[in-house]
Amino acid sequence: MSTTEQEIGGAIVAGGQHDHHEIPWIRRYVFATDHKMIAKQFMFMSLFFLLVGGTLAGMMRWQLGFPSQPMPGGGILPDAMMAPTPAGAIMLPEFYNSLVTMHGTIMIFFAIMPLLVGLFGNLLIPLQIGAEDMAFPRLNMASFWLAVPAGMLMLASFAVEGGAAGAGWTSYAPLSTSGEWTGVYLGQQLWLVSLTILGFSSLVGAVNYITTVINMRAPGMTWFRIPLGTWSLFVTAVLVLLAIPILAGALIMLLFDQTIGTGFFRPEVGGEPLLWQHLFWFFGHPEVYILILPAMGITSEVLSNRARKPIFGYHSMVLALISIGFLGWIVWGHHMFQSGMNPLLGTSFMISTMAIAVPSAIKTFNWLGTLWKADIHFDVPMLHALSFVSMFIIGGLSGIFMASTPVDIYIHDTYFIVAHLHYVLFGGSLFAIFAGITFWFPKMFGRMMNEPLGKVHFFLTFIFYNLVFFPMHNLGLQGMMRRIYDFTQYEFLQPLQPMNEFISQFAFALIATQMLFVINFFWSIFKGEKASDNPWNSNTLEWTVPSPPPHGNFAQMPMVFRGPYEYNSPESDYDFLPQTTPPREGPGPSSGVPEPRPTPEGAEA
Amino acid sequence: MNWSWMLPEAFSTFSEDVDAIYYVILWVTGVIFVITESVLVYFLVRYRHKEGRKATYDHGSTKLEVVWTTATLVVCLALGIASKGVWDRMKIDVPPGSMEIIVTAKQFEWNVTYPGTDGALGTADDFDVLNQIHAPVDRPVWIHLRAEDVLHSLFLPEMRVKQDAIPGRDIPVWFEATATGDYTIGCAELCGIGHTTMSGTLTIHTAADFQVWVTAQAQ
Repeated sequence: MSTTEQEIGGAIVAGGQHDHHEIPWIRRYVFATDHKMIAKQFMFMSLFFLLVGGTLAGMMRWQLGFPSQPMPGGGILPDAMMAPTPAGAIMLPEFYNSLVTMHGTIMIFFAIMPLLVGLFGNLLIPLQIGAEDMAFPRLNMASFWLAVPAGMLMLASFAVEGGAAGAGWTSYAPLSTSGEWTGVYLGQQLWLVSLTILGFSSLVGAVNYITTVINMRAPGMTWFRIPLGTWSLFVTAVLVLLAIPILAGALIMLLFDQTIGTGFFRPEVGGEPLLWQHLFWFFGHPEVYILILPAMGITSEVLSNRARKPIFGYHSMVLALISIGFLGWIVWGHHMFQSGMNPLLGTSFMISTMAIAVPSAIKTFNWLGTLWKADIHFDVPMLHALSFVSMFIIGGLSGIFMASTPVDIYIHDTYFIVAHLHYVLFGGSLFAIFAGITFWFPKMFGRMMNEPLGKVHFFLTFIFYNLVFFPMHNLGLQGMMRRIYDFTQYEFLQPLQPMNEFISQFAFALIATQMLFVINFFWSIFKGEKASDNPWNSNTLEWTVPSPPPHGNFAQMPMVFRGPYEYNSPESDYDFLPQTTPPREGPGPSSGVPEPRPTPEGAEA
Repeated sequence: MNWSWMLPEAFSTFSEDVDAIYYVILWVTGVIFVITESVLVYFLVRYRHKEGRKATYDHGSTKLEVVWTTATLVVCLALGIASKGVWDRMKIDVPPGSMEIIVTAKQFEWNVTYPGTDGALGTADDFDVLNQIHAPVDRPVWIHLRAEDVLHSLFLPEMRVKQDAIPGRDIPVWFEATATGDYTIGCAELCGIGHTTMSGTLTIHTAADFQVWVTAQAQ
């Protein structure tokens, strides 16, 4: 197979001669400037946080499934979290509030976002556009090394007096403005400082991605030849660049309210609690799209490749990404229908929210169109990408319920919302992350992941995931509120105990199943079957270089002749046609394609 | 275990309208769900890789793009327009002739102020009751919703009422119960360590019983 790839890979041959001087160990693995190493660093960090976030969820599910019963193993936790009784340790409500807060915060900011943006942004952007690295490799390094202390501060907050933040991941004021209300003083401040630092990390990354995509595309890589993975990451980077400063501003204002007595959000000194919600969600809703757009991009890449068919409606896919990027700014109020915001605004935000359903639907229909008359290969990445599509359908449709303002009155702040957001963030984003990691694993590590183990992991995850999150819709419809320590305190919720227990048991199984992925991941890094340069017979540029690519990526400047999804093109004897293969006839590369730009030697330093 | 997608029974004048929109959305999304997931599964089976299968070289269809974009837009906007009237009725148009009460939320209780026998708030015969809202059936109740410390959210599931309370604001909330009985008061916004305990009882009386209750309380 590999001779074929080399042959039709055209101008590009396996290389790696570029910049082959020895890099000291510490610059190679720790303070690395190579985008591929930084991608891996983000991956290891955020997979660790994914496990932490999952463990926190497991503890929450214990309390919900078995309210106020002794938690197995809870005795090892300090008395500030668990109340010791003769029968065992019982979770305290203040610890439950910290779990709610930290599960959301860690999953969103330290797991999903760095996996999608930090891992895939770094890995894919330079490789897919034919650049040797990011525009600012040292800024890129700074981006990762800002995320690490942010994560350490967040974890450390569990150990301080009063425990970790307990005002929800949304940190609504005035609850979050003073330890008087939550019992959490230092933990709440660490939460703010940590997220502010992480914000700088994301901002620096976004500047880099945008500059790289605009300036460093290989000759012939026009905007409408950019793979959808990179397109989605580019739109995401624009959202990050514009949204994070809002968050950082709000975080610093809240920190001032907590520490030096300002009154931005404190009504007792004339502040406005709703201002926090407006600022938070003005950041927060673009953030939701930051967490899903790259997942859509990854899905498009995997789906088209494994279906061996051009993506259906490439242009409308790009336009849908861009229109989500615009509409994402005018829907934040749908988080605030019941907040006390002027109800007239509710209608405006409902209409804009209904409108943003359209580009999401377009993408879904295009994915279905891609599968039509395709040649579908059910490899592990494809299974995850397909479950992204089917779960995103559920998550998207359940969003319509909340978008309708009167229906939202009843389901707002119930488990229906919890179900919806997990269908988007786990059923959507996390399945796409699994698709992406398993798809690009050979490129990252030069080895394939174990296929049978990957399939077992996929099917168990898919089944348990649905058994955990689908019934949460039903809990919400019965009126069960979210973020509630002991729902059995409400008489009308007591009949929901069996369903909560059912959910919890499968949640434990879901968490345990992830060990299969951990095992497969580490086993494959060291023992996996050696991967060829292009094991998936893909068209995009990252597959024209060795696995793993050498420092500098491309031995020669690649030339791009066509779009990224020319599968089963009549122009090719094979079922794929790399972007770099020169056209058979017609104008040669000298006409119609810009001159190769000289390799900027200074970029690495 | 209750796997039902039906909403629990409700007892307010607008609950039927809001539940109706819910069921419309349930049907619309349910049909779309079944169709899209079936198409997905059908394609997966029909076009699975077999020896000799070749995918069609096809880049999409502008016609189809226009069709499904328009269809989605029409459905979504129709649902939005259908929702607007009910929303306005529930959140904006407080009916005249309502009985006014004040509900003040604080960690972790609902303090309910009644107008007393004279029916007017702010007079000497006002009285407070903790965690209990009493109201007559078939008469609109206008709650002045306030908070003293942090955000809370007044949740009356059987009345289909939910509204956040904000310190420093007086937010109008109304409902009109259609049946007597005891119902739930809950807090739906995380408000601190005792959030889970912040519950109460909504008691709907007949008009006569309510007068008896008010007179007894006022003494």
